[in-house]
Amino acid sequence: MSAVVQQDPQLMVVNPPLVQGSKDLHDLTEQISSVVEAKVYETPLKYWITLMCTGSVVLLLGAMLTYLVSTGIGVWGNNRPVGWAWDITNFVFWIGIGHAGTLISAILFLFRQKWRTSINRSAEAMTLFAVMCAGIFPLFHTGRPWRAFYWLFPIPNTDLNIWQNFRSPLIWDVFAVSTYFTVSLLFWFTGLVPDLATLRDRTTSKVRQVVFGILSLGWRGSARHWRHYEQAYLILAGISTPLVLSVHSVVSFDFATSVIPGWHTTIFPPYFVAGAIFSGFACVMTLLLIARWTLNLQNLITIKHLDNMNKIILVTGSVVGYAYCTEFFIAWYSGSIYERFTFLNRAFGPYWWAAWSMYTCNVFIPQLYWFRKMRTNLWVMFVISITTNIGMWFERFVIIATSLTRDFLPSSWGYFSPTWVDICTFIGTIGLFLTLFLLFARFLPMIAISEVKGVASQEKHVFAGQEEGSATLR
Amino acid sequence: MSETSDSAILIAQIKDKLGIGDDKVYAVMGEFAEPEDLVEAGRRIRAMGYTKIDAMSPFPVHGIDEAIGVPYSKIGWIAVCGALAGITTAQVLIYYVGKIDYPLIIGGKPLFDFTYSIPPTFELAVLFTAITTFLCTWGLSGLPRLYHPSMNYRSAHRASDDRFLLIVEADDPKFDAQKTAQDMRSVGANDVEVVEG
Repeated sequence: MSAVVQQDPQLMVVNPPLVQGSKDLHDLTEQISSVVEAKVYETPLKYWITLMCTGSVVLLLGAMLTYLVSTGIGVWGNNRPVGWAWDITNFVFWIGIGHAGTLISAILFLFRQKWRTSINRSAEAMTLFAVMCAGIFPLFHTGRPWRAFYWLFPIPNTDLNIWQNFRSPLIWDVFAVSTYFTVSLLFWFTGLVPDLATLRDRTTSKVRQVVFGILSLGWRGSARHWRHYEQAYLILAGISTPLVLSVHSVVSFDFATSVIPGWHTTIFPPYFVAGAIFSGFACVMTLLLIARWTLNLQNLITIKHLDNMNKIILVTGSVVGYAYCTEFFIAWYSGSIYERFTFLNRAFGPYWWAAWSMYTCNVFIPQLYWFRKMRTNLWVMFVISITTNIGMWFERFVIIATSLTRDFLPSSWGYFSPTWVDICTFIGTIGLFLTLFLLFARFLPMIAISEVKGVASQEKHVFAGQEEGSATLR
Repeated sequence: MSETSDSAILIAQIKDKLGIGDDKVYAVMGEFAEPEDLVEAGRRIRAMGYTKIDAMSPFPVHGIDEAIGVPYSKIGWIAVCGALAGITTAQVLIYYVGKIDYPLIIGGKPLFDFTYSIPPTFELAVLFTAITTFLCTWGLSGLPRLYHPSMNYRSAHRASDDRFLLIVEADDPKFDAQKTAQDMRSVGANDVEVVEG
């Protein structure tokens, strides 16, 4: 073993341990597994009540989709010229949310950011659920989702006799999103296997032994297992990194390859990716703050974790703000009257309220995070995490609706307002997302037990004999 | 009657092949409370001339691979093959669909061109790499399996909790139940046990 370098005690305030409360390995197993192993009546009643509320919103989603399929997509407010409206807004919104999960699990892993270990599992789960919600919109906007598989995927078929047009960015999108979902699922499951083995070894219930026994694939933590596992984890992280950047780039191609003013710009891929990470981190923040509070995870999800996430929110929020400025500059500099009009119309036209909500929530409010006090205040970060997601939803709406309602010819100008079905379907997907997340938090280990143990066992030496000065950070 | 005995023989053969059964010895196992002790003990056991050594731990212990001689994982190379398979599949698919089976002129664009095939090709390369890596992780580890003789060790269940186990397998040429158990104790292992298959 190479000698472990102890950290200077004076650095405790700026770099406190990631696992606090000097827990030994068994305590960590106990703390994280106890949530999963609790009996039905041991889980707080507020959990089951919340689950019932979100579950009924899922029923609303089911009702809306049934109504849509049985009646036709005319029940949505899409019209001419706004052929893409809430459905694609919601699609891009949900896909964007997912990006933070992959960023935390893959990119931060490659950068050896150890603070990711407490939050990566739940962020990855969030990715999966967000992509599921996103998938609903393109699938159902076809009107006949059971036939959509032939339209979307290159499946040989004899009744339709069609193939996809690979020159269209829409088919690229199908490939990007379905690959993204599959890879995220495999990555997430790979990370879960050692923890499922832990649960299998702990449980005394026959049913759980069988279920976890099968799911954990017979994992026994052998040195040979770990060697393959670590290599595989590195590869999955390595390919997920360009993948996550490609997914939102491809989503932005849907717009950027068209000739609509306001869409036809080369800035879209990086601008969309930054926005996606921005909104995704905000969503992770919302969920983690709730989980941290309800499940008492303060020693694992520390203020340092939250502070780091807020820094990323500040950076990506500023990148998004910079992209907004660039768009305005290029609209002026291009000399194209249509571009100029589009951007003036965006800020001062019929959707001015949406545009200014977006500027306020995405650019101005996150600037509070320049102050350490703000980055470490739980209430501030909770509120900002919500406003960020409102702002990012508006960003997609503004890009899509303002560009389509006012294109080249004034004779083809229009306006879009959502119908009640639009609104209820979107609320329904929020319900689905929360329901899936609640089920995950209760029935699977929400924190990667084996990874946290690795960090804790290392920190034991780094912080050996030092008092926990982190109390100054609350 | 003959069927039962047939299946009994078959089971015996399978067990023999897997090296399990009450009459078989799987290994000598011992446990440690700290990962550093495991690595140190592993190094010393290996220095004694044992070759079939394994370890079990709740998280990857750094240095254990070198200490007990775990070969380097070949997953990386297999993953590269997966990526190449993905690229080939995508290119063939897009060429076949666009140029051969369903040629449609849309917007005057060519029926096949490398540039517009890049995004789906990239995605399929990633997808195939991920699936290959995923399957190989378990396949190369000999998983999934429902039974493993190491489960018979008294504190095997703690290897996924807070204990670090060292194993010298019975098919090691230098293995001798009594002697090996003694060696294990001499490097500091607790609860040393001869584990049956």
